[in-house]
Amino acid sequence: MVQSRAAKLLLRAATSLTLVFIYLPLGVITLYSFNDSRSLTWPIPGFTLHWWGKALDNPGARDALLTSVKAGLGATGIALVLGTLAALAVHRYQFFGRETISFLVILPIALPGIVTGMALNATISTVFEPIGISFGLLTVVVGHATFCIVVMYNNVLARMRRSSRSIEEASMDLGADPWQTFRHITFPQLRTALLAGGLLAFALSFDEIIVTTFTAGPVKTLPIWIFQNFARPNQIPIINVVAVIVILLSMIPVYIAQRLTQESGILRRR
Amino acid sequence: MQLGLLLAPPLGWLLIAYLGSLAVLFISAFWSVDSFSGDLVRDPTLHNFRTLVETPVYRQITGRTVGIAAAVTLADALLAFPIAFYMAKVASRRMRGLLVIAILMPLWSSYLVKVYAWRIILQEDGLFNWLLSPFGLSGPGFGDVATWLVFTYLWLPYMIIPIYAGLERLPDSLLEASSDLGGRGWLTFRRVIMPIAFPAVVAGSIFTFSLSLGDYITPTLVSNTQFIGNVVYDNIGVAGNLPFAAAFATVPVVVMVAYLLVARRLGAFRAL
Amino acid sequence: MSRQWKRHAGWAALILVVAGLALLAAGCGGGEEAGAPSTGTAGGEPANKDVAAGAQANVGGGEGQLDLVAWAGYVENGSTDPEVDWVTPFTEKTGCKVNVTIGQDSSQMVTLMKTGNFDGVSASGDASLRLVAGDDVKPVNVALVPNYADVIPALKDQPYNTVDGVHYGIPHGRGANILMWNKAVVKTDPDSWGVLFDPNSPYKSKISVYGFPIYIADAAVYLKATKPDLGIDNPYELDDKQFQAAVDLLKQQRQIVGEYWPDATKQIQSYEGGDSVVGTTWQYQANVIEADEKIKVGTTLPKEGATGWSDTWMISSKAKHPNCMYMWMDWIVSPQVNADVAEWFGEAPANSKSCALTASKDHCTIFHAEDEAYFDQVYEWQTPISDCGDDRGEACKDFADWQQAWTEIKG
Repeated sequence: MVQSRAAKLLLRAATSLTLVFIYLPLGVITLYSFNDSRSLTWPIPGFTLHWWGKALDNPGARDALLTSVKAGLGATGIALVLGTLAALAVHRYQFFGRETISFLVILPIALPGIVTGMALNATISTVFEPIGISFGLLTVVVGHATFCIVVMYNNVLARMRRSSRSIEEASMDLGADPWQTFRHITFPQLRTALLAGGLLAFALSFDEIIVTTFTAGPVKTLPIWIFQNFARPNQIPIINVVAVIVILLSMIPVYIAQRLTQESGILRRR
Repeated sequence: MQLGLLLAPPLGWLLIAYLGSLAVLFISAFWSVDSFSGDLVRDPTLHNFRTLVETPVYRQITGRTVGIAAAVTLADALLAFPIAFYMAKVASRRMRGLLVIAILMPLWSSYLVKVYAWRIILQEDGLFNWLLSPFGLSGPGFGDVATWLVFTYLWLPYMIIPIYAGLERLPDSLLEASSDLGGRGWLTFRRVIMPIAFPAVVAGSIFTFSLSLGDYITPTLVSNTQFIGNVVYDNIGVAGNLPFAAAFATVPVVVMVAYLLVARRLGAFRAL
Repeated sequence: MSRQWKRHAGWAALILVVAGLALLAAGCGGGEEAGAPSTGTAGGEPANKDVAAGAQANVGGGEGQLDLVAWAGYVENGSTDPEVDWVTPFTEKTGCKVNVTIGQDSSQMVTLMKTGNFDGVSASGDASLRLVAGDDVKPVNVALVPNYADVIPALKDQPYNTVDGVHYGIPHGRGANILMWNKAVVKTDPDSWGVLFDPNSPYKSKISVYGFPIYIADAAVYLKATKPDLGIDNPYELDDKQFQAAVDLLKQQRQIVGEYWPDATKQIQSYEGGDSVVGTTWQYQANVIEADEKIKVGTTLPKEGATGWSDTWMISSKAKHPNCMYMWMDWIVSPQVNADVAEWFGEAPANSKSCALTASKDHCTIFHAEDEAYFDQVYEWQTPISDCGDDRGEACKDFADWQQAWTEIKG
């Protein structure tokens, strides 16, 4: 069925159309980063590199970008550890409430951002502030990690379900302790899943605005910086430039991850 | 013991940071606000929920939000499937790699910038009308249709990736066997591909549905109608009516919990 | 047997922990800090009510930083327009580095202030009393702000910035919510709000009005002129009958509204992109549109009068940099700076000496800065409360009612 010419042609057409759909707004953004006027009307009157110069020179944007990267790395790191642990536990052991764990873990991402944001804001005000932890980068990381865990959890769980346990058991039989088994057997198997999950988790954290609004306080992540600078007419083209730069920069980690997570294609003929 | 050690940190995190705060939030839905001083009055009351049920506008807003979230999910599923199938089964390895990158890259560009780009496309003198006016047509402009369109756009990668992952697990040999046994295209699709892909579609739908349910930024920018998120957000500020906001916030939670239960039944958690 | 017991015990423990946390948080949260602690010596300041109420008694050295919440255009550091910068000279003078978060509406500003992460806010009248009632701001010792002496009397000791004789902020400036139209589409210059309320309007679905509950007051202003038998006097003190009339008018208007604008940028883009041709606005948007030169707009204050705002700089009760905040308050209301701000944003300055210092010589005339008769027609934003302030007693609608009604109006 897959080999039929007509089917392949249809699929190719559908794919191309979808790609056009996905990249249309991005094309608009790129176009407008060269806009001669700061006004957001169509069509563009003229082109200029002026905004690119200003954006590269803009300390506010740089700081916000750095903050977002830091928050993303922090959240991804925490999610990595906790998500993997949870996935390992659920995969290996039978216990009451096992299904519920999957359910609970997905809750932060499944519930609307505004609910999570409000809940976290309340927690931070009532539980963290009295002990001295005020709104800032740490609370942002905490907030993001809460919904990044599910991404890692699902990726790791899916990978473990596809790999066989017999190697691990063999390793244990041969005398390795749990830590050694993990380091030499389990971890290499999981590595690519961790990478893929980590990328997605980082992307989620990097572009998150709703929960971050409630948990950031004075800290400015990139989405918050963008949100605030939309109020300033002269900053809008700079925002477009920053967005284009981020897309271009993101090509690098995504490409690397894609290379590293290529399946060996057991299930494919080609 | 090992189990305990493995489970303790993640569970501890979830409990303290999240479930506890959710509990606090929903308890406050039963409180009210003193209209003169603005202070929280901690006597339990069902007043907020009664207002929600009795005033038609809140039912209308809920209906609109859930309806559009469902429409978005459907549109995303329909759009994602062909491209995911192509990536998983037809494309060469190199093409597949390129396509994955092409789909993931928009995730990194700012949400707000993408929505403003859609404003440029949809506005009266914008891209759509510019393209369509020679044919005498016009674009959808702003409104609920625009919201549906923008949501469909924003969450599409979240639908493509799970479906792609799910279809990847479908062995080619199965498809060949099906056609060897005489199943034509549509039959193979219905009997072989769909059952395996369906949990993946449901898994992706969890993202698209929940993300649409709680968003308030996009509706404000491309429409003048209200969504659940708008009402919740509006009631937190000057109105200072946190209990009412919390009460209305229970609606998407209930909807999502029901959705998740159905999804689990359909095997989505295995497919993520 | 014992296994089952263990399982159940596990779940019971889980439920207990969650419930316990919830109760704990419920008990602790909400009922917070009593009034702000007073810094400085309380004794020896005989007639200063502000200090007695909790304001600080003196200004020490700058803390090196200042975190503000402000309206777009109030805190300009050269990034919008290199010529427009009064933050850099401030930082050079005081060493306080300014971080500003732009608020889109009063609700958001109140929410931000409640987090306690900011030192000060430029609060409009509909936010200021809320902030006072919520203990989110503390009294301001106006004796510590030398330029306060030159503020025009009409802005001093007003209900929205002074409570029982205690000052809660420094006036920033005031302005009106005006009517703006696209000259290419609206050929005859309108002079009445009626153009926005006409059910048969030729501009149907291209009308742009402010998207927040306080807009109900605009309907009340219109009704005050067109339906005098309703007896509306203050558009923020509406009893049941008056409120219902305003809400009905707005529900009718809903049919012709194209946009409930949430922030200046969106409205600017709407006008320039052709989606809106007439509506309510701030002078700020008109200025930016003029500078963009895509379309030509006209503005006016309609004959029925209008709502407006009078903004006050207030200091957070949890301010971490109070000295810098006092320095800022003095700076922003100093003659030259106040003139610059007023010209940039498009409003009447608070400082009586600023009118002589504006770059455009008729700025104050255009904005009626010294025209009290004009501002008698401008009903500045204030928080609706149930106390009508007259012989009707507690019969008026408070903001929670306004918010709920607004949700119903927008649909």
